[in-house]
Amino acid sequence: MDRPSNPHDHDHEHQAVPSDFALRVKSLESLLVEKGLVDPAALDALIDTYEHKVGPRNGARIVARAWTDLAYRQRLLTDPDAAIAELGYGGMQGEHMVVVENTPKVHNLVVCTLCSCYPWAVLGLPPVWYKSAPYRSRAVIDPRGVLREFGLELPEDVEVRVWDSTAEIRYLVLPERPAGTERLSKEELAALVTRDAMVGVAKVAPAGKGAAA
Amino acid sequence: MNSVHDMGGMHGMGPIEYERNEPVFHAPWEARTFGLLGAMNCWGKWTLDALRHQIEKIPAADYLRMRYYEKWIAAMVELAVSSGLATRAEMESGIPAPGSPKLTPPLTAAMVSGMVSQGAPSTRNVPIAPRFKTGERVRARNINPIGHTRLPRYARGKVGAIQRDHGVHLFPDTNAHSLGEKPQHVYSVRFTARELWGDAASPRDAVYVDLWDDYLEPA
Repeated sequence: MDRPSNPHDHDHEHQAVPSDFALRVKSLESLLVEKGLVDPAALDALIDTYEHKVGPRNGARIVARAWTDLAYRQRLLTDPDAAIAELGYGGMQGEHMVVVENTPKVHNLVVCTLCSCYPWAVLGLPPVWYKSAPYRSRAVIDPRGVLREFGLELPEDVEVRVWDSTAEIRYLVLPERPAGTERLSKEELAALVTRDAMVGVAKVAPAGKGAAA
Repeated sequence: MNSVHDMGGMHGMGPIEYERNEPVFHAPWEARTFGLLGAMNCWGKWTLDALRHQIEKIPAADYLRMRYYEKWIAAMVELAVSSGLATRAEMESGIPAPGSPKLTPPLTAAMVSGMVSQGAPSTRNVPIAPRFKTGERVRARNINPIGHTRLPRYARGKVGAIQRDHGVHLFPDTNAHSLGEKPQHVYSVRFTARELWGDAASPRDAVYVDLWDDYLEPA
């Protein structure tokens, strides 16, 4: 970043032809570094945090604990911030958490219609579909149709609750524990829990039924 | 403001495009943009609400066309210029103005884990009585401000029930415009799907919207 006038030096290993965005962002970064507005090492640390440390595995461990420890489950539902902090999670975009529980008769779905609010502290950064206009526009008016697009058909007698994250409250769905997982350890259970199930666009599949994301 | 960012209930946006095994960032420039905005926020020159408003002010057609982190770049450039951290000429050329001072960044690598784990709570510890009780019926006001608001259009004028009191939080409609935090209660308000979307909607389903005292009136 010591040659701001020549942004063509890096990243060729990633992209044969750097996109306009790559050039634009490189130019901005070199300017902001040169002006002393940002420290590139702080950028590296922020990026590393969300690429490697804070992600949906956090949420999966919370869910697995709730599935195996009834007292924890109660704390998670009644005092979520404290219960999440017990596992060492919390903080940025997860300061005020609410955990909503799926049951055979209630299915919860989380959206942010106004922007892309998402519980970073327990799920990491949101996937593109969550931030996209098709999901944001339709999750509130046609949640069952949206779920069908994700391959989840809910019976009529299940109540769908959609949570629109309009304030700084962030929502985590506590999915149902699948049948046939009684003998699994907490770690094995956590491995079954997907990001999608914790947003509410999927259920947790039983072991061996391999789910995505 | 009633722009296209307030898209809850719209049709015509197409199918949801799902990517399997999606990476956190799709290109290095996305990651650098994420880091840049996070680090620039630490100057404290703008609030999260002002940032959201800057993004929603992107002209509607551009907003729909632009990629997520592209909007972040656009907002960061505007906020850096309007707050005086950089000039537009600098942001366009990538070269500091001659003689401009070299500052000390407020965020260092060593501070990142603390900032992330601490977060920035929007609650305010001030004794303000709630205007509504759990279970009470409320109507979301019919307001159409040209500035920032977090009352989505689809809920305006609709009647719901207070499901939970989230406590006292700062108010985005004023906070986004440097008009003060105006702390007040935020509630989870339950609107039935039929109240929002009519009789064709499922009789069981509901949408829960987090709404501030100023958005609500007794119903």
